[in-house]
Amino acid sequence: MRRTLAISKRVTLELLRDKRTLMLMFLAPILILILMKLVFSANTSVDVKVATVNVSDGLVQQIDKMKGVKAVKFDSKKSAENSLKNQQVDGIIQSKKTDFYVTYANTDPSKTAATKAALNSSIMVNNVTELKRTLSKIQSQLPMQASSSTTQHVKPKIHNDYVYGNSKTNFFDKMLPILMGFFVFFFVFLISGMALLNERTSGTLGRLLATPVRRSEIVFGYMLSYGFLAIFQTLLIVLFTVYGLGVEVVGNIFNIVIVNVILAFVALAFGILMSTFAKSEFQMMQFIPIIVIPQIFFSGIIPLDTMAHWVQVIAYILPLKYSGEATTAIVMNGENLWSVMSPILVLILFLIVLTALNIRGLRRYRKV
Amino acid sequence: MKASVVSMKNVLKKFGDQVVLDDFDFEIQPGKIVGLIGPSGSGKSTVIHILLGMESAQAGEAFVFGQSMPDRKLLSRIGYMAQTDALYERLTGRENLQFFAEMKGVDPALVSEQIEHVSAVVELVDELDKKTSGYSGGMKRRLSLAISLLGNGDLLILDEPTVGVDPALRQSIWRELHRLRDQGKTILVTTHVMDEAELVDDVAMLIAGKLREYGQPDQLKKKYHESTIENIFLKVESQNETNVSHI
Ligand SMILES: Nc1ncnc2c1ncn2[C@@H]1O[C@H](COP(=O)(O)OP(=O)(O)OP(=O)(O)O)[C@@H](O)[C@H]1O
Ligand SMILES: [Mg+2]
Repeated sequence: MRRTLAISKRVTLELLRDKRTLMLMFLAPILILILMKLVFSANTSVDVKVATVNVSDGLVQQIDKMKGVKAVKFDSKKSAENSLKNQQVDGIIQSKKTDFYVTYANTDPSKTAATKAALNSSIMVNNVTELKRTLSKIQSQLPMQASSSTTQHVKPKIHNDYVYGNSKTNFFDKMLPILMGFFVFFFVFLISGMALLNERTSGTLGRLLATPVRRSEIVFGYMLSYGFLAIFQTLLIVLFTVYGLGVEVVGNIFNIVIVNVILAFVALAFGILMSTFAKSEFQMMQFIPIIVIPQIFFSGIIPLDTMAHWVQVIAYILPLKYSGEATTAIVMNGENLWSVMSPILVLILFLIVLTALNIRGLRRYRKV
Repeated sequence: MKASVVSMKNVLKKFGDQVVLDDFDFEIQPGKIVGLIGPSGSGKSTVIHILLGMESAQAGEAFVFGQSMPDRKLLSRIGYMAQTDALYERLTGRENLQFFAEMKGVDPALVSEQIEHVSAVVELVDELDKKTSGYSGGMKRRLSLAISLLGNGDLLILDEPTVGVDPALRQSIWRELHRLRDQGKTILVTTHVMDEAELVDDVAMLIAGKLREYGQPDQLKKKYHESTIENIFLKVESQNETNVSHI
């Protein structure tokens, strides 16, 4: 125990004297969060102009009514195509018999999407209007029966109710709980990995192992110091997002910190493990695109159930998926720790396995 | 005869295909300073690593204090100084000493006293509160030596302790080693400096994976009719080379 404490004290002291790394751990996440808030909260309206050829007047008017979409009638496909080439319009809708043929400039996917959506809903609205017309025609021929129901003619109104946040809730809010975990994972993984790598290449690990220290005491000493670091980092990030950026956290902030600290331990154990496969700091950096970045995709930012089955399987071996699941539930649904126990338990399982591997792995440098 | 402090028997050590130690035998009697000399790359550090349990031999046995190595607990009785100055550069000299004292399990009440003592031996008392990143090469070497003296181990294993140390300080270090020997400690030193090999009780020459010569400097000088260890070493080395070329 004395040795574990001494090691964690030493690791902490070294970290505290490394001002740059500290800044990286504490200021970089804040900076990125501010930037993301600005970028994702931007008003993302699109302005689309579509050319219509041979499309019925009713439909053209309907499309034109759509928000952000302007429809212009063209006489021939040729002239419409010219306009498309000159970037005066973003798409052409041509009607042939009952079918529509749509050409997209497709230089801006959001415009393409807007055009598609506008056309689809316009066709729908148009069809409904026609249907109504036909119906009323039929009704006039059958005066007795259903008249009571049609006369009421209640226009349905949609009432919006948001479980989390409000109508301003955007992608940023969805990403935030996951991002918090990502920052913790990324920095702890990298910095602890580098620290142990340094210890190995500078020879201090050899010197350390020439004392009667237990291999487990080294690993636990590292865990203790990085655990503290992760507590501070998470607290800072959480407090900043809640009070600085005004993001709503439904659940208990304390629970988020707990989940992230467990994640930090996993990141630490992972970093130490990967550092044994690296010969230099640069090789340690090479793990970022392989191990750290892919985790973002599986952490819940993109819904897992939309992915192919075999891709989903990958997610199950990535720690960030579980922390993302747990923190999202806490931040957005206000769940307590008990109801997110299963992802937490998986994280703890990761931790135990990785720690055991690390203690075992130090045998490479001392045979007992 | 007293039991050997260090005893290696039929040790075979290979790195891949490269045979570094081949049927290697080595004994060190208690209370002796043994100088292990050999060409660069001959395996001196490897011998030390095997004794400390940092490498394992493919065959043969290594004992320290009669116990088979590797053995974690035994390490508290061994002071080790590596060939590279492995120091925590962001910490001060004192913090480095403090840390390793705790790792060695030095009684907390004795820690500061020991730090005083070992830093006085290597003449670093005035520099103790400086970060080691600001130390000169020789200062690092001295701090490294001071660390190995912590814990008052019965066996000191020093891998080239005097590299980069000025002559005056080198003399005082050797005086300290002799003093420690007189207190009953056993010391294994590797060196490239041949006049240092005159200061040891026994010289061991490691050449081509085997202990080619082992004895008191004076006896070796008589045997080879040479006046310096350096000449003996060159002689033994060239003999070995001609042997090899005959094969
Ligand atoms: N971890 C290792 N992996 C592969 N080869 C190694 C390893 N350690 C040592 N060797 C090889 O073993 C041989 C002996 O190395 P060692 O460090 O023991 O030599 P040395 O006698 O201490 O040399 P020097 O006087 O230069 O310090 C060298 O040829 C070296 O290349
Ligand atoms: Mg060496």
